[in-house]
Amino acid sequence: MNDQSMTPEERAANLKGMGCSRKRVEDVRFTQGKGNYVDDIKMDGMLFGDFVRSPYAHARVVSVNKEAALALPGVVAVLTAEDLAPLGLHWMPTLAGDKQMVLADGKVLFQGQEVAYVVAEDRYIAADAVDLVEVEYEELPVLTDPFEALKSDVVLREDLEGQTEGAHGPRKHHNHIFTWEVGDKDGTEAVLGGAEVVAEEMVYYHRTHPCPLETCGCVASMDKVTGKLTLYGTFQAPHAIRTVVSLISGLAEHNIRVISPDIGGGFGNKVGAYPGYVCSVVASIVTGKPVKWIEDRMENLMSTAFARDYWMHGKIAATKEGKITGLWCHTTADHGGFDACADPTKFPAGFMNICTGSYDIPTAYLAVDGVYTNKAPGGVAYRCSFRVTEAAYFIERMIEVLAIKLNMDAAELRRINFIRADQFPYQSALGWEYDSGDYHTAWDKALKAVGYEDLRKEQAQRVEDFKAGKTRKLLGIGLTHFTEIVGAGPVKNCDILGLGMFDSCEIRIHPTGSAIARLGTISQGQGHATTFAQIIASEIGLPADDITLEEGDTDTAPYGLGTYGSRSTPVAGAATAMAARKIRAKAQMIAAYLLEVHDDDVEWDVDRFAVKGAPERFKTMKEIAFAAYNQAIPGLEPGLEAVSYYDPPNMTYPFGAYICVMEIDVDTGEWEIRQFYALDDCGTRINPMIIEGQVHGGVTEALAIAMGQEIAYDEMGNVKTGTLMDFFIPTAWETPNYTTDHTVTPSPHHPIGAKGVGESPNVGGVPAFSNAVHDAFRPFGLVQSHMPHDHWRIWKIANGLGLHG
Amino acid sequence: MSKMHVKLNVNGREVEGLAEPRMLLIHFLRENLRITGPHIGCETSHCGACTVDIDGKSVKSCTVFVAQANGAEVTTVEGLVNDDGSLGVIQEMFREHHGLQCGFCTPGMITRAHRLLQENPTPTEEEVRFGMAGNLCRCTGYQNIVKAIMASADMLNAQKEAAE
Amino acid sequence: MIPAGFEYHRPTDTASAISILQEHGDDARVIAGGHSLIPMMKLRMADLAHVIDLQDIQEMKGIEIGADSVTLGAMVTQHELITHDGLAAAVPIIREAALQIADPQVRYMGTVGGNVANGDPGNDMPGLMQCLDASFELVGPDGTRTVAARDFYEAAYFTAREDEEILTRIMIPVPAAETGQAYEKQKRKIGDYATAAAAVMVGGGSASVAMTNLADTPVWSEEASAALAGGDVEGCVAAMLDAIDPVADNRGPVEFKKHVAAVMLRRAIARAMSRAG
Repeated sequence: MNDQSMTPEERAANLKGMGCSRKRVEDVRFTQGKGNYVDDIKMDGMLFGDFVRSPYAHARVVSVNKEAALALPGVVAVLTAEDLAPLGLHWMPTLAGDKQMVLADGKVLFQGQEVAYVVAEDRYIAADAVDLVEVEYEELPVLTDPFEALKSDVVLREDLEGQTEGAHGPRKHHNHIFTWEVGDKDGTEAVLGGAEVVAEEMVYYHRTHPCPLETCGCVASMDKVTGKLTLYGTFQAPHAIRTVVSLISGLAEHNIRVISPDIGGGFGNKVGAYPGYVCSVVASIVTGKPVKWIEDRMENLMSTAFARDYWMHGKIAATKEGKITGLWCHTTADHGGFDACADPTKFPAGFMNICTGSYDIPTAYLAVDGVYTNKAPGGVAYRCSFRVTEAAYFIERMIEVLAIKLNMDAAELRRINFIRADQFPYQSALGWEYDSGDYHTAWDKALKAVGYEDLRKEQAQRVEDFKAGKTRKLLGIGLTHFTEIVGAGPVKNCDILGLGMFDSCEIRIHPTGSAIARLGTISQGQGHATTFAQIIASEIGLPADDITLEEGDTDTAPYGLGTYGSRSTPVAGAATAMAARKIRAKAQMIAAYLLEVHDDDVEWDVDRFAVKGAPERFKTMKEIAFAAYNQAIPGLEPGLEAVSYYDPPNMTYPFGAYICVMEIDVDTGEWEIRQFYALDDCGTRINPMIIEGQVHGGVTEALAIAMGQEIAYDEMGNVKTGTLMDFFIPTAWETPNYTTDHTVTPSPHHPIGAKGVGESPNVGGVPAFSNAVHDAFRPFGLVQSHMPHDHWRIWKIANGLGLHG
Repeated sequence: MSKMHVKLNVNGREVEGLAEPRMLLIHFLRENLRITGPHIGCETSHCGACTVDIDGKSVKSCTVFVAQANGAEVTTVEGLVNDDGSLGVIQEMFREHHGLQCGFCTPGMITRAHRLLQENPTPTEEEVRFGMAGNLCRCTGYQNIVKAIMASADMLNAQKEAAE
Repeated sequence: MIPAGFEYHRPTDTASAISILQEHGDDARVIAGGHSLIPMMKLRMADLAHVIDLQDIQEMKGIEIGADSVTLGAMVTQHELITHDGLAAAVPIIREAALQIADPQVRYMGTVGGNVANGDPGNDMPGLMQCLDASFELVGPDGTRTVAARDFYEAAYFTAREDEEILTRIMIPVPAAETGQAYEKQKRKIGDYATAAAAVMVGGGSASVAMTNLADTPVWSEEASAALAGGDVEGCVAAMLDAIDPVADNRGPVEFKKHVAAVMLRRAIARAMSRAG
C-alpha cells in the first residue's frame, strides 16, 4: 500500500470502486448451488403449512369440516378464520390502508383465496390433508369488470357496508375504494375545450404478475424458551415486515427477528405481507415448532401480488404544429377483492402523476378511481416504481395517438415537446420536481444509432411491397422516451404504514483495514454485495474485495424500508456514501494526528490522506484504520465506524430512449424483434456490467408483458393463466439480443449522483414493444389496440384492418 | 403410504434412503440428501430450475418420481465443481460474463449447459438459445447466459486441445 | 403441487406389465416418460393407486429401420427420434416434428409411445402418425393387435386402446423417395402446444395431410389428402377447414385458429412440395 511508484489511477483501479465492472461476489456461491433461499432452510422438527383455497371467485363459505384432515396421521392442525378470530388475526391490515382476510371470514372474494391453513409433518402430508378438508360454498354473482362493479348492486365488501369514508377519502359506491385527484381540473378542461387539436383514447394496461422464479415463502420459528420469534422469508422489506408482525401479533418488536435470506427474484412480488406469513407465525406460536410455508406456482400467480390493471382514459391537447398544451387522464384502477396496493400512504395510485412523462406539458389533470372486483389483491410495482410503468405507457401511447391525429412523425413530436436541459430542475404540472435531464441529447443519439431515417424509408417501402402483394410481413418501429421517478422517498411525503421511506447503512472498519457494511435494503439479484462495496471503496479508499456487505437480518442491519421501486441505489446507496464520508471525516482527523499536522492540512488522495503540498507524507486508510484501534488520540473516541440514515431531499428521475424494430407476420400474428436499442441515463454509473445486466433483464420482462403475459380471468372469475404453460415468460429462443447505450446526467441532489436503473428497462420497454406493434399497422389506420400483443390479438388487428383480403 | 428403498449415485457418491415412491426427485435431493442447488420454480416442467443430469440426460427433477430414478446416476450443479473445490468452467464463465443475477435459475441453467456442451461442443448462438429453451430466467434476459455458454465452449475446447 | 400416493411397479417385460394392469384395473396406469401424467398427478387431476413404470422393458425400446417400414419402440424418446440419423434419412418429417415438441429436457424423457397413446389433442405425434399412415401395436391379455393411427383416436383422451392394453410399438411405412414432407407448427413459445400444426406428405401423385390441436382428436382428412394428391391446394385447404373443429382457448378464438390452420397448412404444403422429387 505504501508503494509510491503506483499512480493514483493505479491505486484507484486496485480498489475496484465506482465505475468499474467488478465481477459479482455473490456468484461464487450461486454458481455452485450454494445459495441459501428460504426453501433451503431446514430446522429440527419443522412442520409444513399448506392452504385450502377457494375454487370460486365469489362465494359464501357455509361450512368448513376439518375432521377427515385432522384424522390423517401427521396432520398437526387445521386453522380457519374461527381459530384466528380470538387472536384478532383473521383479518390483517394492508399496505394501502384497507384490511384483508387472512383466512376466509364467511366469504371469499377471489379464486385462490385462503380458506384454511393445514399444518402437517411434511409437505406431502399437508397436501393430502388439504384435499381432505371439506368446504361448503354458496356461489355469489361474480364481478370481474371494474366499470360494471361500479354500477352493480352486488356488494363485494360487506364488511365495509355503510362506510362512506375510505382510507383515501370518500367512497362513491359500495364497490368503490377511493378517488385520487392531482393537477388543475378546470384549467385542463379549459385547455382541451379551446385546443386546436385534441386526441382522445382509452389505454388499457392489462393485469399481469411479477412471477419471480422463486415463489413467496417463509419459515416461522417461535422459541418458547426465549420468547423470540424468528421469521425467515422472501421479504423485499424485512424491517417493515418486522414492524407489521409486531403490530398485528402483539409480540414486542425486539422479540422478533426477521431474516431475508437469498431471494430468487422479487420484482415487487415480495413487498407485501401475505396470509401465509401470518398463518405460519400463528402455527409456530401454537405448536412451538418451526413452520414452513412455500407457495406453489399456481398459488403465486393466483393469489399474491398482481400488477397493473389500469384503464387509462386520456385526452391530449396540442397546437396544429404539435406543441402539447394539456393532458387529461382518468384512470379506473381494478384492485381486486382487497386494496393491498404497495404504495406510499399518500399516493393511492402510486406515482401515476408522473404521467406527463418527458414532456413540457403546462397544464394537466389526473384522477384515479380504485375499484373492488372479484380478483386477487395486489397492485404491486412489478419492476417499476409505484405505477410508473402505467404512467409511462399511458403518455407514450398518447404521444403516438397524437402523432397520428397530427399526421406527424412521432419522433419529431417528442422532440418538440421534450423538457429542455436548461429547464431542470423542472416543475411538472402534476407536482414533481424533475432533478436533472438532457432528453434531446439522448434522443438524437438513439435515433442516430438505429439509423432512424433509413428505418422509416425501409418501412415505407415495406408498406408498398405489402400492398403490391410481395410480402406478408410488416415492419414496426417502436419509439419511447421515458422518464422514471424512483428512490422513494423523502420522509416528508413518503411513508408506508407510517414508516418514513428513508434508508440506512452502517459501516464498521476493522483494525486491519477490512470492513463490514450493513444496509436496510435486501438484494434479490441486483448484486448489492458487489456494488455497495464499490461505493464504499471509492469513498474511503479500501479495496471493495475487503468489504463484506450484509443485508436482511433485522437483528443486525440498521432500519430501512427495503428494496423495490429502484430505491436501493438512490436511497441506501446515498446512505452508504454518507456513512462512508463520516468515516472519512474521522479518518482525516486520525491522519492529521499521525502526521502531526492540522486537520485542514491533509487532503484526500484515493486511498490515503496526504499532507497538502507534501504528497510523500501520507497515511493510508489501512494505516488509519489500525491507528483508530491502537492509538489514544486526544479528543477522538477509539474505533472507526459510522451509520447513516438517509432521507432523500427528492426523488431521482432516470430517463432513457428505447427503440424497437419489429417484424410482424400479418397472417399469424407472430412477431420477431429485429433490433432493440436501449439508451439509459441513470446518472452516475456504479457498475456498468450490472447496469447492462439489469437492462437486459428488465427489457425482457417488458417483452413478456407487452407481447403476451397476463393474468386473465373468465367471466366466472376463474384464472385462465395459472401455470407457466399459459403465463407467458419468453425463453432464450424468443428473446433477442439487446444493444445498450448510455448518457450520464448525474442527479444533483444525490451524494454520488446516481439515480437507479433496475426498473427503467421495464418502464421504457413496454411502450417500446407496444408502440412497435402499433407502428407497424399505423399506415393501415390503426390508432389503439390493447396489450398483451399475443399472436391472436395481433392477428385481430390485421383482420380488423382488412389485411386478410 | 409405504416407503421404498432407493439407491442412487449422486455426484459420484452412492446414496441410499427410504422414500415414498411418489416423492419427486427434486424433493428427495433437496429434503433427504440436502442437495439444495436444484430449485423448484414452476412445478409443471416449464422453468427448468430443477434441472439435473440423469444418466447423461438433462431432466426436470420436479417431474420425475424418485422411484423412477432409483438406480440412476444423477449429477447436480454441486457435482460440476472441480475436485479442488474451485468453480468448473461453465460456473466460472457464468460469473465472468454476468450470466446470473438472483441465482435461482442458475443451477438448472449450468447443469443444462453442461449437457448441451457435452453433446455439442461447438454450438452456434442459435443452437445455444434453442438448447437452453427449457430453462427460464427472469433476471438476465438470457443475453449474458448465452455469452457465458459460448465462452465456456471455447474454454473447454481450448482445455481439451491443450490436454491432447 | 404434490401427487397423491401410489404403489410403484417396474416390470421388466410387457407380459408382467399387463398382468399388473389386469390385477388393478382402473386404479393402475402405465408411465413412460411421465411428462404428461406426472403434471396431471401433481394437479391431482389424475389419481392412481398403481403406477407401472415401463422403463426397464427392453422390448419396447429401439428404432428399427427396414426397407419398407420403420418400427419405433414405444419407449423411444423424442430426443432419440431427433438424434437418430437413419430415421432422419428414412422419414425426415419425424425429426422436424420432434424438434417442435416441448423443450430439450422434456424431449429426453418424453416418449413417442406416451405422446401417441394418451390421446391429448395437443400432442404433435398423433397427427404426424396419421399423416404417415402409421399403425400402433397394442398388447393385451388376449394377445397382440394392430390399429391404424387413423382409426385410433376417438375423442380427447379416449382411444381404441383398451384399459388392459399397452401400446408397445409404432410401425411406419417408409414414404416413397420422391415424397416431400413438412411439419409446420405455430405456437406461442418453446414448450407450448400448437395453436395449429400441419403435417404434409406430397409427391408421386399421392398426398397425406393431417393437423394437430384443432379438434378433440388429430385430424387426417381423406378428402384434403386426395385434393392435394391431385394438385389442388385450395381444395385441400378447404376440405381440411371443413374437417377441423377448433375451440377457443388462451391461444385465441375459433376464427383465428381456423385462419392460422389454413396458413400452417399452406406453408407445410409449399415446403413439402419444394422437397418433393
